[in-house]
Amino acid sequence: MIRFRRMHLVTGKVQLSPNVTRLDLEASRIAEIRQPGQFVIVRRGNGAERIPLTLADADSVRGTIALVIQAVGKSTCDLVALEVGDSILDISGPLGHPTEMIAAGRAVCVGGGVGTAVVHPIAQGLAQRGVEVISIIGGRSRQWVIFEEELSRLGQVIVCSDDGSYGRQGFVTDATRELLEAGRVDIVYAVGPVPMMRAVANLTKPFGVRTIVSLNPVMVDGTGMCGGCRVDIGGETKFACVDGPEFDGHLVDFDLLAERLGTYREFEQRASAGCEAGSCRVGLTRPDPPSPAPP
Amino acid sequence: MNDPKLPLKERMKIDRQTMPEQDATQRSGNFLEVNLGFTEKMALLEARRCIQCKEPKCVQGCPVMVNIPRFLDFVVKGDFAGAARSLFGDNALPTVTGRVCPQETQCEAQCVRGVRGKPVAIGYLERFVADWTRAHRDVVKIEPRPATGKKVAIVGGGPAGLTAAGELVKAGHEVTVYEALHKPGGVLVYGIPEFRLPKQIVEEEVERLVQAGVKIENNVVVGRTYTLPELRARFDAVFIANGAGLPVFMNVAGENLKGVYSANEYLTRVNLMEAYAPDSDTPVLRARRVAVVGGGNVAMDAVRTAKRLGAERAILVYRRSRAEMPARVEEVHHADAEGIEFENLVAPLEVIGNDKKWVTGLKCQRMELGEPDASGRRSAKPIPGSEFVLECDAVVVAIGTRANPLLTATCPDLKLNRWGNIEADAVGMTSIPGIFAGGDIVRGAATVILAMGDGKRSAHAIDAYLIQWGRSRFSSMA
Repeated sequence: MIRFRRMHLVTGKVQLSPNVTRLDLEASRIAEIRQPGQFVIVRRGNGAERIPLTLADADSVRGTIALVIQAVGKSTCDLVALEVGDSILDISGPLGHPTEMIAAGRAVCVGGGVGTAVVHPIAQGLAQRGVEVISIIGGRSRQWVIFEEELSRLGQVIVCSDDGSYGRQGFVTDATRELLEAGRVDIVYAVGPVPMMRAVANLTKPFGVRTIVSLNPVMVDGTGMCGGCRVDIGGETKFACVDGPEFDGHLVDFDLLAERLGTYREFEQRASAGCEAGSCRVGLTRPDPPSPAPP
Repeated sequence: MNDPKLPLKERMKIDRQTMPEQDATQRSGNFLEVNLGFTEKMALLEARRCIQCKEPKCVQGCPVMVNIPRFLDFVVKGDFAGAARSLFGDNALPTVTGRVCPQETQCEAQCVRGVRGKPVAIGYLERFVADWTRAHRDVVKIEPRPATGKKVAIVGGGPAGLTAAGELVKAGHEVTVYEALHKPGGVLVYGIPEFRLPKQIVEEEVERLVQAGVKIENNVVVGRTYTLPELRARFDAVFIANGAGLPVFMNVAGENLKGVYSANEYLTRVNLMEAYAPDSDTPVLRARRVAVVGGGNVAMDAVRTAKRLGAERAILVYRRSRAEMPARVEEVHHADAEGIEFENLVAPLEVIGNDKKWVTGLKCQRMELGEPDASGRRSAKPIPGSEFVLECDAVVVAIGTRANPLLTATCPDLKLNRWGNIEADAVGMTSIPGIFAGGDIVRGAATVILAMGDGKRSAHAIDAYLIQWGRSRFSSMA
């Protein structure tokens, strides 16, 4: 059937960490207009799931967008199995509100695991406005640290590793606390696993520092139609796709978010059993261990 | 028996034909279509029940004014091609409306045969004629008029948008439909289940438009990918038909527990994302006991879907009595036969969950009917002390939708009413010249056929606007 359908060619692929892959894809309109904080909905092909992915970067000249994907289930495994020259059937976006930016001052951007890629365009946007950016990024060990080079172009980067094999030893929250205690932090952006975002939000609250987190709940259409991405923000139900995906971290009900993210855990485990068996070359389906909350 | 000049007395003697359907026990376990369609013999008999009124009231009852006696007369003569041309000339998607229209409150409610007996089965005959064309596509091929060079953008590929696209391409305009999802059809593909409207049918109708020259761009979210002012600058006219997409929740405690779905999400997962197939990548919870809240067609679709997904108990919870249900009568009958349980005069108070935040029940209270309210429906009042818990593992909320501000927020000049719906005049013209709107984004949640009526009317108004003759070049709707 003729459908005037534009396929989205994979123009680049880099494995960033044992379970995180960067794909560059043709999507010229999105590349042209996307803003920090926005996401796309991707569907690899017929029969595939629609999954939301936050944009990590874009090249408006080449007309490409960068998606950084953590292989955790069948759909993400299928995506990272793509090679340069393959294509994706559907990309819809850019969706969600752009990041709320400050005009001047000092911003701390905290990235955990694959969330570091999401922090990148935020840091980019801030740096462009002349805001001083300090990025705090972390991982289990050296091989799990991503986007260090890209972020270091935008300002100081503090790398933390759980085992001390790279950068300083400890969690991203430790480094964040030190900066807060030293003072002069105007805003904090935190993107990563739910426990990490919760820990950062809990940390900044007594300091009265505004903290923005990017939420990635279960989503189907990304346009407000399904309501699957309901999150509780200060006692009020919001749809992450159209009201977010970024919210005031001090108002987010992280417990509810974490629970709702587990709605299809059983299904995912069943589906990714096949994924581990063969199709997924990455092999690792275990998500990044979240940095625990500070004592 | 095929004498078209059959005397009135003979016509009156024929009984209404019964729609053949899939056995209820069998169908409640599959997603195949429930109604199987009239045979040719049944259609010929049923069409002869029409007494060809001089002033046919049925036509007045139809939101798109299908000339019903005319197409039925063709059927009586056995001229199905003639019937199809007549029908498709009035209604762009009869394969769809023949299946989903609430005929009992529209055309068939007006039929004089219904005064003493049963009305002519207009819906079933519409479906018969429309389905006949599925094997005879050339008969209803759209033949566009010479190109006008005018470009029209349509926002939304649902019933209103597709109808408008068909009319406008027919008039020789260049039409582009922007669809937010990965597949056009709107509620016809994400909402209405396969067992009521097979997706193949929608695909065929879309294909008919594409072959006539309509361009369809999927994955374009107007309001995000393009703003409305951007479209207005690139096109000579814009028709907004993006629907009333935002689901309404009950606003009760526990509504964000795992296992609580909006009907939109539940049906989209199952229909558009094909989660009913065991090998689908998209999951849907297959709960043992599902409570669906609401009494409209969407609630009915959701509760019957739950049954088909294997629920032992699929329960409809509705605050009024069965008589007040806005759902199509046929769907209620079908649901009944399939073993759907009806908890009428029951209103939900709270969703109850366990420590893992999974749904375990729906706390409800019983209601009684009071005096008719402003809408003419009898209002429901709670009976004190009647609270009880309905045990269930999933709750589907089907109590309506409202306007999605995604698009309208990008165009502050566009006048909205206080519910966020776009204000439009009788032909769909909005507060911005050249921008028209129709369907649910104007009306609030309504029906497929009303949206199609809007699409048709607005298309004709857009044509008149573009050609600047002051009136549409369409003869059928002056």
